[in-house]
Amino acid sequence: MHPRNIRPWLARYGLLLALVGISLALSLAKPGFLTVSNLINVIRQISINGILAVGVTYVLLTGGVDLSLGSLVALSGVAAACWAHPGEYPVVVPVLIGVLAGALCGAANGAVITWGRVAPFIVTLGMMTVARGLALVISGGRPVSNLSRAFTTLGSADLLGIPVPALILAAVALASHLCLRHLRVGRYVYAVGGNEFAARASGINVVGVKLFAYTVCGACAGLAGVVLASRITTGQPNAGLAYELDAIAAVVIGGTSLSGGVGGVGGTLLGALLMGVINNGLDLLNVSSYYQQIVKGLIIVGAVWLDKRSTK
Amino acid sequence: MGVLESADVVLEVANLGKSFPGVQALAGVFFRLRRGEVHAVVGENGAGKSTFMRLLAGLETPDDGEIRFRGRPVRLRHPHAARQLGVAMIHQELMPFLDLTVAENILMGRERTRGPFGWVDRAAQRREAQRLLRQLDVPVSPDCRMRELGVAEMQAVEIARAIGCRAEVMIMDEPTSALSERETRALFRVMGDLRRQGGAIIYISHRLEEVFELADTVTVLRDGRHVVTGPVTAFSRQSLIESMVGPPKPQIAEPRPRIAGVFGGHGRAAGEPDRAANARPAEDAAALVVRGLSRAGAFADVSFAVHRGEIVGLTGLVGAGRTELAQALFGLVEAEAGEVRVHGVAVRLRSPRQAIDHGIALLTEDRKRDGLVLTMSVMHNLTLSGLDRCSRGGWINGRREEAVADALIADFGVRIAHREQSTGTLSGGNQQKVALGKALLPDPDIVILDEPTRGIDVGAKAEIYGLIRRLAQSGKAILLNSSELPEVLALSDRILVMRQGRLSAALDPRRATPAEILHWAMPE
Repeated sequence: MHPRNIRPWLARYGLLLALVGISLALSLAKPGFLTVSNLINVIRQISINGILAVGVTYVLLTGGVDLSLGSLVALSGVAAACWAHPGEYPVVVPVLIGVLAGALCGAANGAVITWGRVAPFIVTLGMMTVARGLALVISGGRPVSNLSRAFTTLGSADLLGIPVPALILAAVALASHLCLRHLRVGRYVYAVGGNEFAARASGINVVGVKLFAYTVCGACAGLAGVVLASRITTGQPNAGLAYELDAIAAVVIGGTSLSGGVGGVGGTLLGALLMGVINNGLDLLNVSSYYQQIVKGLIIVGAVWLDKRSTK
Repeated sequence: MGVLESADVVLEVANLGKSFPGVQALAGVFFRLRRGEVHAVVGENGAGKSTFMRLLAGLETPDDGEIRFRGRPVRLRHPHAARQLGVAMIHQELMPFLDLTVAENILMGRERTRGPFGWVDRAAQRREAQRLLRQLDVPVSPDCRMRELGVAEMQAVEIARAIGCRAEVMIMDEPTSALSERETRALFRVMGDLRRQGGAIIYISHRLEEVFELADTVTVLRDGRHVVTGPVTAFSRQSLIESMVGPPKPQIAEPRPRIAGVFGGHGRAAGEPDRAANARPAEDAAALVVRGLSRAGAFADVSFAVHRGEIVGLTGLVGAGRTELAQALFGLVEAEAGEVRVHGVAVRLRSPRQAIDHGIALLTEDRKRDGLVLTMSVMHNLTLSGLDRCSRGGWINGRREEAVADALIADFGVRIAHREQSTGTLSGGNQQKVALGKALLPDPDIVILDEPTRGIDVGAKAEIYGLIRRLAQSGKAILLNSSELPEVLALSDRILVMRQGRLSAALDPRRATPAEILHWAMPE
């Protein structure tokens, strides 16, 4: 390949290349890595982070940020669990309640950010504490248990050999990809993040677009909370601590710019997958979880640094 | 120039030149500044005054020529180098540290400290600031926060800071543009003191009466070139304006046939009856009617009409309120009083969406700031304000979008390798064509163009002029806001001149001269 053409190529496929390379290296070092059961294990592990990351992709694309995701996971998990006791309601009720709780909090974030003109960092930092507090109030500070079989199946069952949480992630990612690439509102998300002034001068309802992004992000967090509650068979008011950071890390590794306007769901999925593969590989290699944290941190910074260099 | 006098010369500039991609901003400028002198630099918009000042302040480096400070050639690679030599620029946009005190601002970077750890000695800071302020006779407390001061006081603090740095040369770029009459008086008093103490001041202003009141010497720049330097007493207001504008150029005298000829058959040939001279249709028939439009601090009581197929030029000095007016007509800012009628119907313009729905388009003044989304492709930019044309129920039809984009690329002569190309990589001229195509996709009846040829090269300019002509011929009503007099004279059917937020004159471009326009544009 001509050296002049290698940069855009690297910028586009570098992440995929890294993922394949690391997977190859791991499968050579540990034969247990490249087995169906282990790979299914990996996608099960990344499901929740993946759903959160896809949701927060919308917000990061508009140039904002959402720090409340982890607390929204706890709140919606607890809210869903309260409606998921056996013999009370059909399973869609707790699921919808959980998603709705997340969406409402997301919409509240968006409303204060747009109409109140408060910085997203501050607003979502506040929501992080408020939502956590709400989760503790609703649950009385104790885990909400005794959930129906139908509800807990969501997090544990397989469909055609694939874990249901992974299928949910796939559906959310596909829908988001279509929305961002093919719907008008998706195009406007990119425009607002790329240049808010130009977006406004193009007749775009900037407030509406931002509200949409934060609401979708909250709804995804709600869904992730439902999946988590179902998987651990309790609504845990203390669940999801610092989940937002892993989600944002996946998005950023996936090439979405923190200043907005550039990136997409495909990169986010790859980013989440890369983090999952590395976690899994380090587990297989018996690396202590202390060291794993160090490695994860270095990867986040390194990936963005490489991305900056290849797109320069 | 006698040998004896040259000892007084602080700053001397010979054959200074600077070019930017596609533009020769400054060429062959000679300049000499003496101690105790206020030297005014005047010229039209774009004459090169600001570039000249930026070179002297070390904000840009010259391509040609020499700057001598006290007879020694110097190279000013960055603002700090200029400051060290004693050249200080007092600039409106040079923001002070608003939440620090006056004393901290005056001594920024030169703090009075004690001990090995750089402990700031507040008492010493106060005393030093107080001394400088008293020297300038400025009644401002050194403990005041900068934010609490008025503009004139802030400028006085900046001057105090400059004196504190032992600046011998002070460059003041339009210092009075935001000042009230009383504040202006205060500033002039300070400048008078400085002059008596042997300081040298370069003073840039559009306000000729201030130049006559304050300056000892005047230098006129035109099109980046040095025109004339002389004692202020050698000029009258009229002769100064004439040297700013220059001798009448032939292409300005007969602009319309030339442009019409370039674009073939449909153009209005020289012999065609002039519409401006004929009876105008009743105002009700106009596409756009503006009556008494006002917005505090921007423009006041603006009334005019633009008809279908007509190009109305709007010109004036930078800061006359023209851009704010254009933005108000597009809903980007709201007018506070007055009325806008589109095809005879009164409309409220509170957002660009409403303006677009009423058939109004705006090509914004700064395409990078609020015209284009540079992170997006050419195609996505082109279709951004008219996505409803290539989508159904919110779903964008990819083929349809490509067809729409390709048609715009062809219509506007955008030169690109591929429609997916990033907009950020295009030349200024091509970006401007994309911005124009984007603004025109919703097929507006009324097109407002704000500085449509700013920062683009000559070839692209000619193409944009052709596009503007074609738009008018296709029946659109065009408001052309431009600071470039040749452009306004060549394209317009009528010219409106704006001065300090108000329309000061409506002129016929066939009879108007640049000097006349400038006369109406200059503050009284």
